[in-house]
Amino acid sequence: MFELIFFSLLNGIVTGLLLFMLASGLTLIFSMMGVLNFAHASFYMLGAYVAYTISMYLGFWVGLIVAPILVGLMGAVVERYGLRYVHRWGHVAELIFTFGLAFLIEEVVQFIWGKDTKAYHEPEILQFPLFTFFGQNFPAYKAFMLLVSIGIFIMLLLILTRSRVGLIIQAAIHKPNMTAMLGHNVPLVFMGVFGVGCALAGLAGVIAGPALGTFPGMAVVLGSIVFVIVVVGGLGSLTGAFVASLLIGLLQTFAIALDYSVNDLLQLFNISFDADSAFRDLWTLSLPQIAPILPYLLLVLILIFRPTGLFGNRET
Amino acid sequence: MSEIAKTSSSAASRPLLKTLTPWIGFLILLLALPNIFSSNSGLYTMNLMGIFIIFALSYNMLLGQGGMLSFGHAVYFGLGGFMSVHFMNYIEDGAFVFPMYLIPIFGGLIGLVFGIIIGSFSTRRAGTVFAMISLGVGELMASSSLIFVAFFGGEEGVSGDRTTGPELAGINFGQDIHIYYLIAAWVFVTVTLMYLFSRTPAGRMANAVRDNAERAEFVGYSQRKVRFVSFCASGFFAGIAGGLFALNFEIVTEENLNALTSGTVLLMAYIGGVGFFIGPIVGAVLFTLLQSILSNYTDIWQLYVGILFVLTVMYVPQGLTGIIVMHSAAWRMKRLGSLILPYIRIGIPALAMLAGIAAFLETIHHVRTAFEGDTLMSLMGIEFDSHGVVSWIVILALVFVGGFLTRMQLRQLRDAWETANKPPAQTEGSGS
Repeated sequence: MFELIFFSLLNGIVTGLLLFMLASGLTLIFSMMGVLNFAHASFYMLGAYVAYTISMYLGFWVGLIVAPILVGLMGAVVERYGLRYVHRWGHVAELIFTFGLAFLIEEVVQFIWGKDTKAYHEPEILQFPLFTFFGQNFPAYKAFMLLVSIGIFIMLLLILTRSRVGLIIQAAIHKPNMTAMLGHNVPLVFMGVFGVGCALAGLAGVIAGPALGTFPGMAVVLGSIVFVIVVVGGLGSLTGAFVASLLIGLLQTFAIALDYSVNDLLQLFNISFDADSAFRDLWTLSLPQIAPILPYLLLVLILIFRPTGLFGNRET
Repeated sequence: MSEIAKTSSSAASRPLLKTLTPWIGFLILLLALPNIFSSNSGLYTMNLMGIFIIFALSYNMLLGQGGMLSFGHAVYFGLGGFMSVHFMNYIEDGAFVFPMYLIPIFGGLIGLVFGIIIGSFSTRRAGTVFAMISLGVGELMASSSLIFVAFFGGEEGVSGDRTTGPELAGINFGQDIHIYYLIAAWVFVTVTLMYLFSRTPAGRMANAVRDNAERAEFVGYSQRKVRFVSFCASGFFAGIAGGLFALNFEIVTEENLNALTSGTVLLMAYIGGVGFFIGPIVGAVLFTLLQSILSNYTDIWQLYVGILFVLTVMYVPQGLTGIIVMHSAAWRMKRLGSLILPYIRIGIPALAMLAGIAAFLETIHHVRTAFEGDTLMSLMGIEFDSHGVVSWIVILALVFVGGFLTRMQLRQLRDAWETANKPPAQTEGSGS
C-alpha cells in the first residue's frame, strides 16, 4: 500500500508539474487578454512535433532548446497578426478564433507529419532506471521531467516577482489601461507574454512527447484538462494554477491507482443490488473508470459554487 | 420608440401572401429536391443536410440570438439520438405501440429535460463562464458515455430498426426516399417553429439580453430567465435533430455527443453567419456539401474546412449570409449589375490563385503519402508528375501571378463597390 501511494505521489507530481507548464502560460494569457486560448494545447503538440523533427537531425538536446523558441515565435505571430486583428470583433470572436486555430493546427500537423504516432524517444543518456523501490523502477527520464518543470516554475516565479519585466506584466494583468498610460507598450507585453506562454507549452510538449507519445490527438487529450486547471486555480493567479495543476495531477493518478467501486462502498453498509438492472453500471462504477470525468466534474462544480476559482480574486 | 412601433405595426400589416412567400418557396424546394438529385448519394447528403439544418439552427438560438457561446451543444443532439434509438428498440420489442415517424419527439423531450437541468445553473452568466460550463458538461457527458454502457452502448453505440411500428399509409420508411420526406417534413415544421420562436417576446428578449444584459434587467426582465428559456428551447430542437439522426442512420454512437460534433455545429453556424436566421441553414448546407463532395476528391478536405473557418472568423465575422446581405443595398438601388464586371475581373485571378494553393497542398500531400516511385497524380482530370519541375513551376506561377493580379484588381473592385453603394440621395438629385 505504501509503495502504491509513493509511486502514485511521484507520478502525480510529474503529471501535475507538466500540466503547470501549460497552465502557467495559459493563465497569464487568460488574465491579461480575457481570452481563453483554445489553441494553447496545440502549441504543446507543435512543440513535440518540431522537437521530433529536430531530434532526427541534431539530437534531443538541440530540440529541447530550439523547439520551444520556434513555437514561441509562432505564438507571437499568431497574437500579432491573428488575435489582435480579431479583437475588433469582440470577445466571442476571439474565443472562436482560438477554437478554429486549434482545429486548424491539428489538421496542419496531420498534413505535415501524418496521422501515425511518431517514434520520438528520450535521449539514451536518460534511458535507465534512476532507483528501484519495492521492486518498481522509477525511470530517470521522469526525474528529468520533474527537474525541468521545477526549474521553469522557479524561474517564472523569480521573473514575475523580482524583475522589472515581471512588475510590468503584473501591472498589465490588473490594469492594462493604466499601464499603457504610464508609457509602457502594453500590446508588446501582450505579444511577449503570449509568445512566452506558447514557448512554455512547446517546452512541455518537447519533454512530454517521448513520455506520453507524439500523435495528432495529443492536444485534445490535454487541452480541456488545462482549462480545468486555469478555471479551478483562479483567474490571474499563478499560485492557483500551481496548486490546481498538482491537485489535478494527483487526482488523476490516485483515481487510477486506487481500485474501489461504488459496490465496495455499499458493502460497507451491507447493501447489495442485483446486477441486472438498467442502473447496473452505476453500482459497478469504480474509481479508475470515473478518473477521466473527475476534472470536468470539478470544473462544473467550481464554476457553479465559486466562479472566482480557488485562489482568484476576479470572476472568470 | 414611435419609429419602432410604426415599423413593427407596418410589418404586421404586410400582406399575408408576402410573408408566406418564402415559406411556400421553402416547402416547394423541399418537395422538389429529391426529383432533381435522385441518386442514392444525393439523398444521403440531403438527409444529413436536413438533420444538420435543425441542429445548426438550434445552436444559433444560443450563439446568434442569445449571445451564449456553447462548446457542448452535441450533448443534447447525442442524448436525443440515444433516447430515440432506445425507443425505436422498445417499439420493435413491442413494449408499446407508437408510430416511428414521431420518434424524434422523444429526442426533443430528453433534450428539453437536460436543457432544464443544465440550463438551471449554466445560464446565470453569458460569455466565458457559460462557454466553460458548456465545455465541462460536454466533456463530462462524452466521458460518461463510455462508462455507462447500458444506456450508451459503449464504443459500438446503440443501433435500432426504423421499419417497425405502425405504418403511415403503407409506408414503413424502408427506403431512403421515404426517410427523406420524413426529414423534410420535420425540417419544415421545426424551422417554422424556431422562426416563430425568434418572433415571440421570449425570442426578442433573448436578443435584448445578448446586446445589453444590464439594460434588459432595468426594463424588468431577469437575464437569467430569458437565457434559460432560450437554452431549453435550443436543447429541445437539438434533441429532435438527434432523433432524426437516429432514424436516418439507425445507429447512434458516442461520437454523436463528443466535442468534435460540438465543434462541427459551431463551425456550421459560424461559417453560415450567426447574425441571420437563415445563416445556419446556409452553413449546414455548405458544410454537408463540403463534407460529402470534397471528401470524394481529396483526403485533406478537413484542412480546407479549417482554413475556411479561420479565415471566416478573421475577415468575415458576419458569415457567408452576411456577404450576401451586404449586397442588398446595391440590389435595392438596382445597381447590382454594375458590380458583375468588377467581380469577374477579380474572380478570375483569385480563382487561379486558389487553384494554385490547392494544387500546392495536394501535390505535397501526394508526394508525402503516395507509394515509393508513384509520382503520377491527377487533379481535376489533369495528370501530371508530382516530382516534376514543370508542374511545380506551373503551380507556383498560378499562386504568385494569381495573387499579384488579385491584389491589382482589388482597387477597382473597391471603387466599383463604393459607387454602387453611394447614398441614393445624390443620384436622385442628379437624375431628376
